Amino acid sequence: MQLIANITVLAAIYALLACGYVLIYRVSRVMNMAHGELAMLGAYLLYTTASLFADHPVGAIAAALVLSLTVGVLVYVALMRKMTGQMVLAAILTTIAIGILLRGVIVLIWSASQQHPLQALKFSNPSIELIGGARISTCAALMVLATVAVYAALFAFLRFGRWGMRLRAAGQNPLLAAQRGINLNAIYALAWALSTLTGSIAGMLIALDSGLDQTMVVIGLKAFAPALVGGLDSLLGALFGAVIVAAAEVLAIHYIDPLLSDVVPFLVLIATLIVRPWGLFGTREELDRV
Amino acid sequence: MSRSPRASGYFRTSYGQDLALVQTRLERTSLGVFIVALLALPLIASPFQLDLACQVFLASIGSLSLMLLTGYAGQISLGHAGLLAAGAFTVGILFREANSPFWITLPAAAAVGGLLGIIFGLPSLRLRGLYLAVSTLALHFVVIYLGGEYETRRGFSTGIVVDPPKLGGVSITDARAWYFILLGAAAATLLVCLNLLRARTGRAWRALRTRETVAEALGIGVASYKLLAFVISSAATAVAGALFAYYRGFVSVEAFSLFLTIQYLAMVIIGGMGSLLGALLGAIFVTLFPYIIEIGLLALPGAQRHASLLFAMNYAAFGLVMILFLMFEPLGLVGMWRRMQSYFLLWPFKHRPAAGSRG
Repeated sequence: MQLIANITVLAAIYALLACGYVLIYRVSRVMNMAHGELAMLGAYLLYTTASLFADHPVGAIAAALVLSLTVGVLVYVALMRKMTGQMVLAAILTTIAIGILLRGVIVLIWSASQQHPLQALKFSNPSIELIGGARISTCAALMVLATVAVYAALFAFLRFGRWGMRLRAAGQNPLLAAQRGINLNAIYALAWALSTLTGSIAGMLIALDSGLDQTMVVIGLKAFAPALVGGLDSLLGALFGAVIVAAAEVLAIHYIDPLLSDVVPFLVLIATLIVRPWGLFGTREELDRV
Repeated sequence: MSRSPRASGYFRTSYGQDLALVQTRLERTSLGVFIVALLALPLIASPFQLDLACQVFLASIGSLSLMLLTGYAGQISLGHAGLLAAGAFTVGILFREANSPFWITLPAAAAVGGLLGIIFGLPSLRLRGLYLAVSTLALHFVVIYLGGEYETRRGFSTGIVVDPPKLGGVSITDARAWYFILLGAAAATLLVCLNLLRARTGRAWRALRTRETVAEALGIGVASYKLLAFVISSAATAVAGALFAYYRGFVSVEAFSLFLTIQYLAMVIIGGMGSLLGALLGAIFVTLFPYIIEIGLLALPGAQRHASLLFAMNYAAFGLVMILFLMFEPLGLVGMWRRMQSYFLLWPFKHRPAAGSRG
């Protein structure tokens, strides 16, 4: 039972981070290598707002969410606007550079030592006993709930919302979308904002659960595996990919070797690339093959 | 070959002249002066400066080989640190397990690198662009994991100590000796790259980068040339990693983080895509960059207070410089250099005469 609980929690983390990759890739065909750093930045923003609004935890969380949305828009407007649609290498390198920059800036502002936003918010994190004797912490449970909520909201937004439809249209064919009067810049900015927001939610919940330091970047990179396993342009795929990768990782840690935890997602990724490079639910035409 | 702008009065009349590496008397003299300066440097440089020079040479081997792969053959790789690690660990493992001398470990490192090159390159036959980047990134983590696993299994959890190589019973520890060894290695790499690029292989790679379908139609074996690019680049990188292991006398997975890959990519980008000179300039720039930042920080008032922030400052400034180059000077330092050259060549005019009109 404990194993299943662990898999669920890890899958929730991966799914919440992976949907950020999927959103940006689906709309603008850019792989955002700075996603882990942006998630980390969101968590640090929560840490700051928590100490600013010491008595209003809800206000602090809301402020941090708004700030992370702004960060997403700013990253697009200031940097990625020039790079979207450019050579793959240039776009990837720009996001990598953004990541490096953010890492440095975060240490400069908040120092490299571990922070605990949980205490700053004056929350406690008791563990909950589930049916079958498994135990998970409250924050982990919140993580699962948040993932369900975010995915439900994203599906509803993309399926029924006016802006969601525009987003899908821009992803399908930017030229036609632009000719139908869709403001591509606004759409791309929206995708970056949403991606940063969901990433930040993940970052905040991870930080609440297990403290906050630079290791979050690695989780962010590992979360790319589920996004690709499921198919880079499919949200549903990200969900399935997250479950697959999380299951593989937890089982490998439990039965083989704890050191494997950092490679298993990448092994799954390589296997996917060999067998089915476009992922479980991805669009096949994505890959231009010789 | 793409050549930098030349002053008037020099025309090439045969293919041999076009292929020659050193073409004019000015080039020959300046090259001679440069070589003499490089050879004389250890006589006047301080140990610290010698160490810097050695680091630059090591970095240039890596950046030249990455330039072959990315700048000429057009294959993206995010696994460069993994290949360096593979070379370094080949040395470490062979030294620890079999006490092998360097004339076994260095070729072994090259062989391991070549083999890994095939493994890294295989996805490139099927995948392109972003997917290739991701697969090489994944392989980086696999190599690092294997290295870490070896370290913990054999009880070298802090790292593997490698004795300096012995030549005729004398171990090479002198900084000047290392300077000449690494200078030789870097020069050899540069020569190999130059020769590859002006021959059939280099032309095939460039065709491949420009348009694969056309290259295939011209009779270039796309798959084999892609793999060849990966194999040559990876073997050279692994040798650089092996030399790094000997130079530092110490191998540990911590030295080969993803940041190292990013640094090498930055060398290629900051130096200038598709130019060997760019790879060298980038290697110099990126290697010296943290020291420049340090000097700059120490010059500020309250230097001691900033000292603890040095590491973070480095990251932030490095990211910023990379972004600035990507956005405002995609051709890198070489682009700046070329622009300056043509400014002086064309002076007092601003633009090159239109093609076809003989001036």
